[in-house]
Amino acid sequence: MTYRSDGVLNRNDLDRLFPSEERMKRGPVVVVECVENIPCNPCAAACPRGAIRIEGDINETPSVDFEACNGCGLCVSACPGLAIFVVDASGKGDTATVMLPYEYAPLPEVGEEVTTLDRSGGKVGRARVTRVLNTEAMDRTPVVSLEVPRDQVMDVRHFARRSRRP
Amino acid sequence: MRIDKHPILKFHRGREIEFELDGRGLTGYEGETIAAAIHAAGVRTLRTSIRLGRPRGFFCAIGRCSSCLMTVNGIPNVMTCITPLERGMKIETQTDKGHIAETGSSPRKGPSALAAQRPRGGRRGTADAEEPSRAEEPRARDLGHTPLAVVGGGPAGLSAAIAAGRLGVESVIIDENEAPGGQLIKQTHMFFGSKEHYAKVRGVDIGGRLTSELSELPARLLNNTTVLGLYPDRALSLLRDGRHHRLSADAVVLATGASENMLAFPGCDLPGVYGAGAVQTLMNVDGVVPGARVLMVGAGNIGLIVAYQLLQAGVEVAAVIEGLPTIGGYHVHGAKIRRAGVPIMTAHTILEAEGRGRVEKALVARVDADWRTVPGSETEFDVDTVCLAVGLSPNCELALMGGCEETYVAELGGRVAVHGSDLETSMPGVFIAGDASGIEEASTAMLEGRLAGLAAAERVGEPLDETLLESMRDEAADGLAALRSGPFGDRPRTGKEKMYDLARKLRQRGERREERSVDVQK
Repeated sequence: MTYRSDGVLNRNDLDRLFPSEERMKRGPVVVVECVENIPCNPCAAACPRGAIRIEGDINETPSVDFEACNGCGLCVSACPGLAIFVVDASGKGDTATVMLPYEYAPLPEVGEEVTTLDRSGGKVGRARVTRVLNTEAMDRTPVVSLEVPRDQVMDVRHFARRSRRP
Repeated sequence: MRIDKHPILKFHRGREIEFELDGRGLTGYEGETIAAAIHAAGVRTLRTSIRLGRPRGFFCAIGRCSSCLMTVNGIPNVMTCITPLERGMKIETQTDKGHIAETGSSPRKGPSALAAQRPRGGRRGTADAEEPSRAEEPRARDLGHTPLAVVGGGPAGLSAAIAAGRLGVESVIIDENEAPGGQLIKQTHMFFGSKEHYAKVRGVDIGGRLTSELSELPARLLNNTTVLGLYPDRALSLLRDGRHHRLSADAVVLATGASENMLAFPGCDLPGVYGAGAVQTLMNVDGVVPGARVLMVGAGNIGLIVAYQLLQAGVEVAAVIEGLPTIGGYHVHGAKIRRAGVPIMTAHTILEAEGRGRVEKALVARVDADWRTVPGSETEFDVDTVCLAVGLSPNCELALMGGCEETYVAELGGRVAVHGSDLETSMPGVFIAGDASGIEEASTAMLEGRLAGLAAAERVGEPLDETLLESMRDEAADGLAALRSGPFGDRPRTGKEKMYDLARKLRQRGERREERSVDVQK
């Protein structure tokens, strides 16, 4: 199966997109899960540090400079494809944080426990909501931070509020 | 069922008003369409088919098909999907062709009499209560002359008027609806493309931006007005307030958009089989959910985006099925619904929609490389709605009526009026842009509209700021080329290249013919 037939990126697709383990340990960093040549560039326009670039043709996939990225997350709500996430695995404990775009109502509360989902909607586990950002500049694409077990930080990409869908 | 909480939209509902459906008292909101109010009350059957008496619901929700015709206040064949609900309306499920004579006015009085009977004032519009006696009225009111007439106030049409307006060319934009914006008004998602071309802005907000830009330019909007005909001298006949009007123009831009394709399968006419655009209109404009559980047919961008919007409206999506072995739309659109738990089943087709009087089940099966169903692969879905996102066809009737050369280009969605890269058709001074000239999407429609507006402005022949014209043209052409240059742009790009080639040949032939006739005259 490839994402062209089932809509889910596989390990091969993802390995090219992920920052190194070493970079992840140093602090929050972006993961741009955008693999197709589509005419789009708001991510590059949103990054104040020039860490995401669309080089030349607007159809190029974004190239990410993980060293320049500080994980600020401005690009997360700027991506029309909702394909950008920020992960933070720099903590000493065995948890990590995933910041993800969430365009559903109502928004979860900080502290709420949710069921985490992977790229195919499969249950991963549970997580606590640690932050909900929803400013005017984000134009109705709020960003929710989840505290997940460290080894799930590259799998959790969505969540379901308990007894709710999706 | 109505949507209470929506992550993107706020529904500004009018006053609650009472109306009657087949003698039963119901309530709806002022300003919403009759079909939406009826759907919100849980009724899906709007009429029955004329010969077999099969129940029918709406299909397109934008006044293109005839699936929603009902009898309203005794007047038959009212397009309830675009007619606003009014207090005390008596609405009846229509079971036949309708009887015009019963309404007390003969259609023979004049071309406008039949139309004048219809309570239709356009979406969100109010029909004029005071209608002066038509006996003394001339057959058509003359609206005079305009340098540029733009038919259709969607992304392409508005952009054409803006481009021409920036060069100082006056225009009249004619649109069937109360408010301009075309189908942008129901696009809740952020647009792709580049920042200069509204990327990251939600479609629903782009219409407003275009309209406010237009408000500072010499353009006039004729809303609630349908263009009935285009004539070879670039005269347009219009229907407005139930009356026939005439407008002539030096240049015309046709930006009439597209219609949704139907898919034929047993049960495809059951109430609950809706076009994807209709579902968007119902939930994103009127705030009414189409059903509780939906099967989406088609995994192109529209199918994937509408599936996501259904989830946002709190509707369950059982699956998205796609006949091709691969997803046609962008991966990122598919990824959004996959992670929310919606399966995308490629190489699957719908065999049948079942149910008594409404969709209750859908039968789906795998197809092989030759589109034959694989025995034993049938899956049954308990759904109350089947949403069809199986492509669009350009609305080119006006162009053909005017006498434009037409051709069939599969990559552009079917029959289209022949046009060159300047968007001019074979009728001098008549231009075509946006989905009407070949199916693409709103970002390209806006750029194409600009190019058509610029070419039309040039044609009008007023002294123009050539430098501004050139820079605007280069900017739009470069933007368009960029949007079409990726792999997803292959299809429209190929289609457009075929089209431009054909237009060039036609023009050359025309020029040769002219040369010959000049020689003969000599």
